[in-house]
Amino acid sequence: MRALVAMSGGVDSSVAAALMRDAGHEVVGVTLKLWSGPHGEAPTAGCCTVSDAEDARRVAAQLDIPYYVLDYTDEFRGGVVDRFVSDYASGRTPNPCIECNRTVKFDRLLNGLDDFDCEVLVTGHHARNRLEDGGWALRRGQDRAKDQSYVLSMLTRSELARIRLPVGEMTKTEVRVVAAGIGLRTAEKPESMDICFVGQGDYRGFLRDTAPEAFQPGPLVDGDGEEIGQHVGIAGFTVGQRRGLGVAVGEPRYVVRIEPSTSTVVLGRRDELSVAGVGLDQLTWTAGTPVTGRVMAQYRAHGEPVPATLHRDRLLFAEPQLAVAPGQTVAFYDDDRVLGGALIADTYR
Amino acid sequence: MIYLDHAATTPMRPGIWEAMRPYSTEVFGNSSGVHDVSRRAKNALEEARERIASIIGSEPAEIVFTSGGTESDNLALKGAALSGTRRRGVVTVATEHEAVLETTDFLHRLGLPTEVVGVDRSGAVDLDSLLEAIRPDTAVVSVMWVNNETGSVQDLPRIAAAVRERDHEVLVHTDAVQAFSSQDVDVDALGVDLLTLTGHKFGGPKGAGLLYVRDGTPLEPLLHGGGQELGRRSGTHDVAGAVGLAAAMEAAAADRPRFRTEVGSIRDQFEKRVTAGMPEAVVNTPETMRSPHHLSLRLPGIRNQTLLMRLDRAGVAASAGSACQSGAAQVSHVLEAMGLGVDQARESVRFSFGWDSSFDQAIDAAEIVLGLVEELR
Repeated sequence: MRALVAMSGGVDSSVAAALMRDAGHEVVGVTLKLWSGPHGEAPTAGCCTVSDAEDARRVAAQLDIPYYVLDYTDEFRGGVVDRFVSDYASGRTPNPCIECNRTVKFDRLLNGLDDFDCEVLVTGHHARNRLEDGGWALRRGQDRAKDQSYVLSMLTRSELARIRLPVGEMTKTEVRVVAAGIGLRTAEKPESMDICFVGQGDYRGFLRDTAPEAFQPGPLVDGDGEEIGQHVGIAGFTVGQRRGLGVAVGEPRYVVRIEPSTSTVVLGRRDELSVAGVGLDQLTWTAGTPVTGRVMAQYRAHGEPVPATLHRDRLLFAEPQLAVAPGQTVAFYDDDRVLGGALIADTYR
Repeated sequence: MIYLDHAATTPMRPGIWEAMRPYSTEVFGNSSGVHDVSRRAKNALEEARERIASIIGSEPAEIVFTSGGTESDNLALKGAALSGTRRRGVVTVATEHEAVLETTDFLHRLGLPTEVVGVDRSGAVDLDSLLEAIRPDTAVVSVMWVNNETGSVQDLPRIAAAVRERDHEVLVHTDAVQAFSSQDVDVDALGVDLLTLTGHKFGGPKGAGLLYVRDGTPLEPLLHGGGQELGRRSGTHDVAGAVGLAAAMEAAAADRPRFRTEVGSIRDQFEKRVTAGMPEAVVNTPETMRSPHHLSLRLPGIRNQTLLMRLDRAGVAASAGSACQSGAAQVSHVLEAMGLGVDQARESVRFSFGWDSSFDQAIDAAEIVLGLVEELR
């Protein structure tokens, strides 16, 4: 089989490439160049830097596979960065990594497979993708602590048929052992955690530079609508935020709601954060068929799944949930199998 | 492999490596030393300088050995702009190599007056704009002779004469890196004060280049130190590189008549076959001003990075024109300056032929390209 391996320069995708090669497949490595700074200068952080591409290139050379850097900077800017900025500007809480997976990485590489003359796309995600009862099923990774099935919940079943996730069958420790065993130079490389195009974890500074218009001053109000202060822009806030609110009141206050039309940030007590259910957008049925009824729902990348009930484009939590915000992705599970995913369009109490 | 990326670099011509070898082994001396092995090295270095000078019609002392094209371009522009005279400005062209454009940008950031003028759709520099950009404090005008991405040939003698007529104190620099294989280089006939060459573009070694510096040209060195190269470029000489550069220049200059006709018709053969099989393909440079071995070809509907991957697998080496450090195909600033849209630039591939290209390769490569185009459409 000819396999296109998306190589980030990290240990997981390096091992994914090695495993495919060792299984006898013809492997082609690619790194996506996604970002060169807000003004086109050299990248500084995350999975799209020159040094990461350099790591991936060296690994590819070590594995003796062809390797290319593909330029998708325009697609990334349009599909991910601009969206991230506009989501924050409209009071939503986006997950740019999921958006990148959906609109750039998987979309471009899967659509390009024929052109690249490859049959499958391979990534280093920690999730299992297996042929079960005649169809491809996505399940949580072997290493539950490293599981990344949540960020893959927007894949369709037909897409899964052309995707292989070899490291999902292993624990992270096993991945590092394999990497060290074949002498991969990235065996000990630490994991990247930051949003790749932001750098240093400071996404507010990035937003301020990129979208100054999203920093219109506005009122901070309490649950009764009484103004208790001013803020410098809604893009600086996310639902559930407690720190850096710029007001001092007796008991802890949280951002419970953002109203972009009036640039209003609504503060409240912790219990006011609770959400009974959410409206859904961009529903994808990873397991092939639409699901209704009881599911386990996970709405944060490293959050625990909670019981919930699906009715068409509505999801009702069995217990009220705290800090659920529009823009987040929610993944639906049956045990460890991904049934589907969606974007949270709105929340209700 | 069918290698069609000679504008990026070339394999060494026969005999060059052998000519260089002794100066990295037996005759290893530091050319500035005071003993026999160093004298022999120094002698080889100066002999190389004399041979080079006679090829380009200069005095030996006007040759400054450098590490290659990028260093020579940097030395020409920074050296001229920072030489301490009242003339500190740089005027150049939007289609120049990054070594010139980024150096110009650096000088701009230092606060020096710089101007980058445009080209027309054919890639020809707008001479009126170039002349108008010259100010009383302009130190140097830099115009690339043959463009590395498109092969566009500027009318350099005419441009140099016009600049001189406008202001005889302004220096004229040309990056002639892509020109040397096909153009007769005579610095006086060209009328330039500074000229950049590098060995590996015409069958010589990488890491060995030169800057021709007309006698009397004020120039601040980039590399200060032991005062080699008459103070214009310090650092222990790469004698083997200089010898290889001289040998390759001799071989390439002698090979020019054949290169122009034979390599030119190999390129034409390839172009004819590809455009016959894909009539909507567009050659980005007009035939009247194109060097014989470059071909910038736009294949509508085909993204260049995909085609280049497929060509690599099929054993054909080509490129998108320029690549960043990561190796990603970048949108060509040259094609953009010529008025192509981003999408059109992304459909453009550079095929560049060289001294070792053959008709059979051109015919095979054209067939492979057409086969892939068929598949990718």
